[in-house]
Amino acid sequence: MSILEGLRLAVSGLVANRLRSALTMLGILIGVSAVILLVGVGNGSSIAVQQQIQSLGSNLLTVFPSNARAVGGVAQGFGTGSSLTLDDVTAITNKQAAPDVVTAIPSANGRAQLIYQNQNWSSSLTGTTQNFPSVRNYQLASGQFFTAADVDGSSRVAVIGQTTVTNLFGANDPIGQTMKVNGQSFRVIGVFAQKGSSGGFNNQDDIVVVPITSAWNYLLGGRGRNVQQIYVEATSASATTAANTEVTQILLDRHHISDPAQADFQILSQQDVLNSASQTTGVLTLMLGAIAGISLVVGGIGIMNIMLVTVTERTREIGIRKAIGARRQDILLQFLIESMFLSGVGGALGILIAFGLAPVLPLLVSALPSPIISMPSVFMAFGISVGIGLFFGLYPANRAARLRPIEALRYE
Amino acid sequence: MITLEGITKLYRTGDIEVPALKGISLHIPEGEFVAIMGPSGSGKSTLMNVIGCLDLPSAGTYILDGYDVSDLTEDQLAWVRNRKIGFVFQSFNLIPRVSAIHNVEMPLIYAGDVQQRQERALASLEAVGLLARAHHVPSELSGGQQQRVAIARALVTDPALLLADEPTGNLDSESSTEIMKLLRDLNEQGRTIVLITHEPDIAAFAQRVVRLRDGIVVSDERRPDQTQVTGVAGFSPRLQ
Repeated sequence: MSILEGLRLAVSGLVANRLRSALTMLGILIGVSAVILLVGVGNGSSIAVQQQIQSLGSNLLTVFPSNARAVGGVAQGFGTGSSLTLDDVTAITNKQAAPDVVTAIPSANGRAQLIYQNQNWSSSLTGTTQNFPSVRNYQLASGQFFTAADVDGSSRVAVIGQTTVTNLFGANDPIGQTMKVNGQSFRVIGVFAQKGSSGGFNNQDDIVVVPITSAWNYLLGGRGRNVQQIYVEATSASATTAANTEVTQILLDRHHISDPAQADFQILSQQDVLNSASQTTGVLTLMLGAIAGISLVVGGIGIMNIMLVTVTERTREIGIRKAIGARRQDILLQFLIESMFLSGVGGALGILIAFGLAPVLPLLVSALPSPIISMPSVFMAFGISVGIGLFFGLYPANRAARLRPIEALRYE
Repeated sequence: MITLEGITKLYRTGDIEVPALKGISLHIPEGEFVAIMGPSGSGKSTLMNVIGCLDLPSAGTYILDGYDVSDLTEDQLAWVRNRKIGFVFQSFNLIPRVSAIHNVEMPLIYAGDVQQRQERALASLEAVGLLARAHHVPSELSGGQQQRVAIARALVTDPALLLADEPTGNLDSESSTEIMKLLRDLNEQGRTIVLITHEPDIAAFAQRVVRLRDGIVVSDERRPDQTQVTGVAGFSPRLQ
């Protein structure tokens, strides 16, 4: 008996029990579309997270001071040390020593209590230099950023984020307005464009950026000329490793440390963050796929169940076929093709449903990222569904093939 | 054509072995029309299973059309059933969801004989006079018509032996006569037929009647001249 012949037999067998066949297929259909859609949702969220992290600048390195140790060696929190200086920043931007570094900026941070007319608002304060927008990937919506001259002259100018604008200025245009920052008058000269969440806890749009010298002189009283972070922009995302090595060497030399394990600073690259985020979302995708995979297995058991019923129902037919010359393998093939046809067609329909539902899903559940269907997951889901037909069809088909013709013929 | 030599068949139920056939020796030459008769429990169904290659004898030799089939594997038996034997059953045993022509061509599917399958199935249906009903499913046919479809299916592989197991058991007398006439016509065309029955008037269509009782042959009557049969009282007429 040829495969084609087997297919014809299988279809005629399935058509004889339309409702039952359709319901059995439904099990596989749901399983396959669930696998494809959930893996798609996993991919979608993974890509969304990656884009958010990349919006911070994928070629960004952040240098933190090591944890400070108080008297008696009690370790303080992360980044509490004060080992970084403005001269470190200048040294890092040296093209000879660090060819993979475009530029570097210092960051001195604090809280800013803002007052404008009768409004007040609290934002995070960053004192930095003129290269801040390019290194941190900020665009200006209006106005301009401060210049090197502003940094040198400790100008009382500030650039603020959208959240700060909304809360402090409301509908007024903030450009040119003077506000109080921690009691000091600062003029707003620029507004950043919306940047969105970093995926972390801090709102990147709720900031006040001022020249680092102004921050030191007027705003961060009592802490000295302290640099809390140095942001380093590497020439490209792939150059971050090389830049990391160069920056490490420069800082070790400058701080007179020979053993890198004793370094009084730490370097975190955005690439590291991206990698760990990818890992997390990868696990998420895998988990979603596995949960959907369980429904495929349940669908497979449904097929096995129905095939066992079919074999019992058709015992007499099997007897007749054997009496007129069907061999074991002919019967085996007939029922195997039948179960694989069920699962294969169910799988194919499941793929169609998944493609149909993918664009609609975010409309139905707004919290979901739009699923990105990957072709490998489609082929895999289809292959697995046919495989499930084969696996779960094998036992019933084998049972049919092994029936003895005399007994099968006698079956009522 | 068919030679049975000392065929025995034992059935095992628990620890007890029940002999169904206790040494049957029988020779059926080509072109013969033999009726095997006997009450229930006489072993005639077991003998039919052995002759039909549906079951293997416990001991003895069975030669069918030159092949020793007493010691074949399951797949070899399937091949013999497909090529050498055409079955006609009491309950027709057609596949209900499939039309007459597809029922008839089914043995050809398993024979791997794809060429002219439909033509051969149609020719076979024509031979039993049911060409017009080729595309009807069994439930749309009368009992007699269903049995004719079954006979067409039995003939389609051009087997050496037509094995009919109570072919009229589920039919009224009119249809029974039709079917028996059809079988006799086929025999006159040279087909070897073995008929299992317990009805004497059905057996009367055969040239030879073998009677079984308790697993052995108790009588083997041959009627040398068919025309004489019509005159014998107690047998169904050979039709006027």
